[in-house]
Amino acid sequence: MASLPPSDTSGHEGASSGERIGGQPADLDKDTLSFDTPGAPRKNRNAGAIINPRLGALGFARFVWRLLTSMRTALILLVLLAVAAIPGSLVPQRSSDPNGVVQFRTNDPELFEFYDSLSLFDTYTSPWFSAIYLLLFISLIGCILPRTSYHWKVLFEAPPAVPTSFARLEVTRTHRVEADLNAALDAAAAALRSARYRVVREGSAVRAERGYMRETGNLVFHVALVGILATLGFASGFGWSGQRVIVEGQAFTNQLSSYDSFNPGRFFDENALEPYGVRLNTFTPEYVMDESKGSWMPIDYTADVTVTEGQTSSGAALKVNEPLSVGGTSMYLLGNGFAPEITVRAPDGTVVFQQPVVFLSQDANLTSLGVVKIPDGLAEQVGMKGFFYPTATMLSSGALASSNPEPLNPTLTFNIYTGDLGLDQGVPRNVYELNTDDMTQIAGRHTDVDVELALGDSFELPGGLGTIEFSGLRRFIGVDIQHDPTQLGVGISTALAIAGLLVSFSTRRRRVWVVATAKGSATELSWGAQSRTDDPRLAASTDALIARIVPTDKVSS
Amino acid sequence: MENLVAYSLLATYSTMALYTLAFVLFTVDLALRADTEAGQKPTRWLRSAMALLILGWVLHGVATVTRGIAAARVPWANMFEFGLTATFVLVGVFLGVQFWRDLRFVGAFVSGLALLALGIVTVNFYVDVVPLPPALQSVWLVIHVCVAVLGTGFFATGAAISAAQIFQELHEEKRLSGRNWAFLRAFPEATVLETLAYRINVIGFVFWTFTLVAGAIWAERAWGRYWGWDTKEVWTFIIWILFAAYIHSRATRGWRGRSAAILSLVAFGAVIFNYTIVNLFFKGLHVYSGL
Repeated sequence: MASLPPSDTSGHEGASSGERIGGQPADLDKDTLSFDTPGAPRKNRNAGAIINPRLGALGFARFVWRLLTSMRTALILLVLLAVAAIPGSLVPQRSSDPNGVVQFRTNDPELFEFYDSLSLFDTYTSPWFSAIYLLLFISLIGCILPRTSYHWKVLFEAPPAVPTSFARLEVTRTHRVEADLNAALDAAAAALRSARYRVVREGSAVRAERGYMRETGNLVFHVALVGILATLGFASGFGWSGQRVIVEGQAFTNQLSSYDSFNPGRFFDENALEPYGVRLNTFTPEYVMDESKGSWMPIDYTADVTVTEGQTSSGAALKVNEPLSVGGTSMYLLGNGFAPEITVRAPDGTVVFQQPVVFLSQDANLTSLGVVKIPDGLAEQVGMKGFFYPTATMLSSGALASSNPEPLNPTLTFNIYTGDLGLDQGVPRNVYELNTDDMTQIAGRHTDVDVELALGDSFELPGGLGTIEFSGLRRFIGVDIQHDPTQLGVGISTALAIAGLLVSFSTRRRRVWVVATAKGSATELSWGAQSRTDDPRLAASTDALIARIVPTDKVSS
Repeated sequence: MENLVAYSLLATYSTMALYTLAFVLFTVDLALRADTEAGQKPTRWLRSAMALLILGWVLHGVATVTRGIAAARVPWANMFEFGLTATFVLVGVFLGVQFWRDLRFVGAFVSGLALLALGIVTVNFYVDVVPLPPALQSVWLVIHVCVAVLGTGFFATGAAISAAQIFQELHEEKRLSGRNWAFLRAFPEATVLETLAYRINVIGFVFWTFTLVAGAIWAERAWGRYWGWDTKEVWTFIIWILFAAYIHSRATRGWRGRSAAILSLVAFGAVIFNYTIVNLFFKGLHVYSGL
């Protein structure tokens, strides 16, 4: 194959399969990333056609393989992949927006069931999406293999033989050189070599080719894509991620029980968690007033932490965009808010509850919601739903709102319930939710008793149950802790893919043949040049080669 | 600082005025060329159109740079600024490729598109200069959005030429004829247009690949994972895949020519969709419109 100039290959049986990625005629391959040389040549151009009634199992398999590895199939799979990715942006995904999925279920349970049966909430792990990309990658591998072996061969071969006629080549030039045949050919070969052509002299002709890196880069790009998928397939099972809320003054130790939520990979092993501790000393947000909207916006979040590994402790700053690397994991600052410290005392003054309670913020001014559960120590189980306002301001409607994310007038309000907290049935309960089905409200909104506490205030629970006190105020941060073993492999593959892409797109593959004919004491040189890609500068580059030998005005095309 | 913001906006409106004039003159040139027998010869209106476009582009640059100085950061941290910079790059790409090839025949399309986009972002997406939220305070804002802007600029130019290619193909097949379409005589042949569109889209594709990769690296820093199928990530991926399909389509028998050009336009449509609909109406982590 390599011995034929590209314009002749279209008539060759091996190149007749125009749709095969590995085998379209070279004249079709204009400046693309696709295969520009025939891969495994077809023995018979109708071998895969359906017209053969006795195809047999092997024949059928071959037919499917050809179909799958054809360029047209790859193209259709690419477009299908793009289309199949769309639903995942329209419907909330369990992976990126779990709350959205819950909301969807609440809003429309029937549609939820239907969508869920189509895996629409897990689009990117769904059978149909997986099927498309797996087929695409099989098709890709089916292209890469024959092309790599073919290109490998070509890399060590001499440039192709001189075509019988130059008539069909893109660029042809003829000129005289006042030198004998050998010297003229030497000069042509030298000009080609200095333009980084691979050059072979054969009799009265020179054959040359350059730009092999185009196909090399192309193959590297596609292999690197397979590398990304392979890394994801093999390495992601060893990764894990977990979430944790850390209140100022408290520490997190890296062990499974310390996580608020944990998502292990398939092959996760608990021993993989390296022991370390991270203590949150202070969390400092910074806000500015957005004058155009009249609202506060954050411009900086800094968590001052102490990291303890083994015997050594050191201070560090954890910020958005500046994750902390510790013990083979990365820790990311993803959330923050207030954790009012609440103290509950029994009528005799015994402290039955005293700790900072994480309140989740609901708006830009950090109006926050939280739940306190007191299962033991008081005459009855007590549950409280609280609102926290960093800067409480009375609206004209009489309701409270926060007007500033900084705690200028920190205020807590509570709805207080007594009854069964539902903690004794062994069912895991969300600490941020209070199920009041089996409880009776004794204070708060819609009752006669308002519970509104400034920092330091106490409140006597009705019926002499005890007292609650807003005894302190701290901040908390929400962190994500990840171990992602795919990063290295995906990173290397991506770098290779980009390198391959750049090299491939910036390289021109050209073939040049020079035939010499003795004309008395002088020599006539005929040049023929062919590009394997769209190459508007082919003529100019050929002329530049000739200009190294003779003045250009003596050249005819 | 307040003054600078006002100057920037003034320069933006002046730019739009100049682009409008350039657009009108580009159109006049096409209309006049439809009447001449040769058709290929540019009229003197074309030179005036280019002069006005260059003047507008310089002012556009002033508007973009003063906006950046006023904000003391890169001028592409919200939708308005992205639109301002992307249209600047679009016109810059169009002007730049003239050194390589005479593409002035798509001037009407490019100046029209730039004018439309600049008008829409200024009227609908304008926001005052505010400091960056913590998530956007990263060197990757500079890199990721910069290459996205460049990619968008090349894709827009590529789409302009692909559109011209489709019209020209229909014209060559005599399916579009008559005086209304005579201006197409001013355009190169469809196959030439196809090659041009391809080369420009390939450059856009390389920039888009960088956008995807730089975005992934930034996402890892900011959100703790390099890929999470966020709505914006999904659409960036879709665009990448569509342009990959476009690149392969040229090597596929039966897809070269018009089908490939349509694919190029669909892919650019996805770019516009990603910038407008996804930013404004889709829920996700890329909340930066500032609206």
